[in-house]
Amino acid sequence: MTTNDYLQLGLYLVVLLLLVKPLGSYMAHVFADAPNRVTRFGGRVERAIYRLCGIAPDEDMGWKRYALAVLLFNLLGLLAVYALQRLQGWLPLNPQHFGAVSADSSMNTAISFASNTNWQGYGGESTMSYLTQMLGLAVQNFLSAATGIAVLVALVRGFARRSATGIGNFWVDLTRSTLYLLLPLSLLLSLLLVSQGVVQNFKPYVDVPVVQASSYSTTAKDAAGHEVTTQAVVTSQTLPMGPAASQIAIKQLGTNGGGFFNVNSAHPFENPTPLSNFLELLSILLIPSALCYTFGQMVGDRRQGWSLLAVMLVIFIPLLLACTAAEQAGNPLLAHLGVDQHASALQAGGNMEGKETRFGIADSTLWATATTAASNGSVNAMHDSFTPLGGLVPMWLMQLGEVIFGGVGSGLYGMLAFAVVAVFIAGLMVGRTPEYLGKKIEAYEMKMASLAVLLPCALVVIGTAIAVMVPAGVAGVANPGAHGFSEMLYAVSSASNNNGSAFGGLSANTPFWNVLLGACMFLARFPLIVAMLAMAGGLAAKRHVPESAGTLPTHTPLFVTLLACVVIVVGALTFLPALALGPIAEQLMSAMGH
Amino acid sequence: MSKLLRQSFVLLLLMTVITGVLYPLAATGLAQLIFPHQANGSLVERDGKPVGSALIGQSFTDPKYFWGRPSATAPNPYNASASSASNQGPTNPALADAVKQRIAALRAADPGNAAPVPVDLVTASGSGLDPQISPAAAQYQLARVARLRHMDVARVRSLVQRCTQGRQLGLLGEPRVDVLKLNLALDAGAP
Repeated sequence: MTTNDYLQLGLYLVVLLLLVKPLGSYMAHVFADAPNRVTRFGGRVERAIYRLCGIAPDEDMGWKRYALAVLLFNLLGLLAVYALQRLQGWLPLNPQHFGAVSADSSMNTAISFASNTNWQGYGGESTMSYLTQMLGLAVQNFLSAATGIAVLVALVRGFARRSATGIGNFWVDLTRSTLYLLLPLSLLLSLLLVSQGVVQNFKPYVDVPVVQASSYSTTAKDAAGHEVTTQAVVTSQTLPMGPAASQIAIKQLGTNGGGFFNVNSAHPFENPTPLSNFLELLSILLIPSALCYTFGQMVGDRRQGWSLLAVMLVIFIPLLLACTAAEQAGNPLLAHLGVDQHASALQAGGNMEGKETRFGIADSTLWATATTAASNGSVNAMHDSFTPLGGLVPMWLMQLGEVIFGGVGSGLYGMLAFAVVAVFIAGLMVGRTPEYLGKKIEAYEMKMASLAVLLPCALVVIGTAIAVMVPAGVAGVANPGAHGFSEMLYAVSSASNNNGSAFGGLSANTPFWNVLLGACMFLARFPLIVAMLAMAGGLAAKRHVPESAGTLPTHTPLFVTLLACVVIVVGALTFLPALALGPIAEQLMSAMGH
Repeated sequence: MSKLLRQSFVLLLLMTVITGVLYPLAATGLAQLIFPHQANGSLVERDGKPVGSALIGQSFTDPKYFWGRPSATAPNPYNASASSASNQGPTNPALADAVKQRIAALRAADPGNAAPVPVDLVTASGSGLDPQISPAAAQYQLARVARLRHMDVARVRSLVQRCTQGRQLGLLGEPRVDVLKLNLALDAGAP
């Protein structure tokens, strides 16, 4: 690793941590029960929305009603995205005249965007009309993110409230996340991105003549089965346009990750400069980190929030360094061909296949690690072309259950489920009833927490097994050998943890993959939300247990270590065998020169 | 249940209007007002006519031009309406073969040059539209371009320097050379 690598990674972490407290405390105001200066500021718009919808904002929902509202709202959103894709050919704002998207692909994409996964089986600039991008995909970018935050806030209320029947009002939580948090941040970020060169317009694609004409040949079979080679001359280039910046801003902030263009944030119109890259990177982890502080403030002990953030960093930083070192070392198989992969003042060096010159190594690995630690899933370099160990890091970060930062809201409620498991394990060791944040952890909470921890693991393992056994699954693989297995394992890990990034070589826009991954994304999202809300309801009803000499303090380095170990042990025990067949096998082959 | 359904439906409709219509319109309006050049694709003009975007690379195969990163877009390289990468894994034999061919093509265009080839010049970019190469990759091609254009090496070097951007804010990203801008400058200076 070079000095500049360290400097860039360090600067990123410092700026991120500096923003945790101001944003975290702002969000605590947004979701506070009592009116305050934040909620008074937008009160008019908020009240108008409630009036039009017939919502009583002071209705305190029980967990079942809250869960039903979440499910109904998301299901409607899902159907809307499906319908928009199927009907886009007849709808306006379609200057490229794209036809209807296939049924299986539309279903996959609808689930993908409603579940905050944003897995993309299609290429944006060649499939989706501006209308579908705006009314379907961008809207779900906001609403799936707001749903995740709402569910987290409900769970935090479960810890904070005593002997209560309700856990808040879903409509209010959703509306406030959108109006006070996601919209203003997105508008600010989209303008900053445009200043760097991200496009934002409603024009049709622009044709420009190229400076040097070139020709290429294509070979196709004619009706009689003979191969026919045709020469084509390229004299122009079609530049894609569209309202990209507004959508990119929310896809980064809401841990969505679905790109406007096919190659996501590697595209120069989506991420034109190192500064735009820094801002987009910052947006990936911004809300998930700040929510830790919000959590601490809402349960009345900020140390609890900082300790969860510490667990995330303790796992994140070593993996970030490992990924960067692996990529900076380059590809040993290219070294003897006469390729210079050494870092110098004149080049980034390292493994540059699938990476952009302006980002080099450090910006690409930081992105890969952040986007998979959070369940963002956008990319600025192609993970499929990473070195075996460099690619193992993002894959394993997803398999850890998307709790190292994780999705907005969903990452922290996942981490809280792990925290419940950790205090339970500690309780077993000393033979006492475990407590967390003054609430007794009993069989009911443990069932819900275990479900949240184990369901994604099971989906990854079972889903990959199905894909490997079925010819339609293996047919999608692009690279030979162990790497082909990694492509399948990565795809199922990504879908089953609502991440959305891919080893892009896999041809996943087929009925088999669309259905398998669609099912994984759906099951990883909504049953988990219901389990978390059930836990929230149970916790809210409990009385507060005062701290005693036997209580395990959960803000100490000891607890941070314990919790980090639980997360790592679950992730390692479940996935080491599968990883050994994929990236680890490939690394050994690569080291032997194959 | 029916009350919740009605609330869901109306709220979804309102949120669609706010986040799906008002928000992109507001962003577009402000962007077109404050940064019209960038919002419309940072087009580069020659003699008053657009010849490309400053941010999107073009395919250069003529040895008298600086070549950019290899591009994996289909069916032709640098197809801006279908961005894509090779997605070749590090141990895929096709990757090593492609790199060998690219090295051979570079050497054939510049027979006297036996220096190791900078890695970005022989590996496909992530977008297939990378507008830039590393300063090392420009340096590698400098003598070839100068010779074929009968230009002074120092002159070409100063053009390269003019088209080189350092790390942004002195820290972020990597130093890089804009290939389209450089080749346009070469054409303008010496046909």
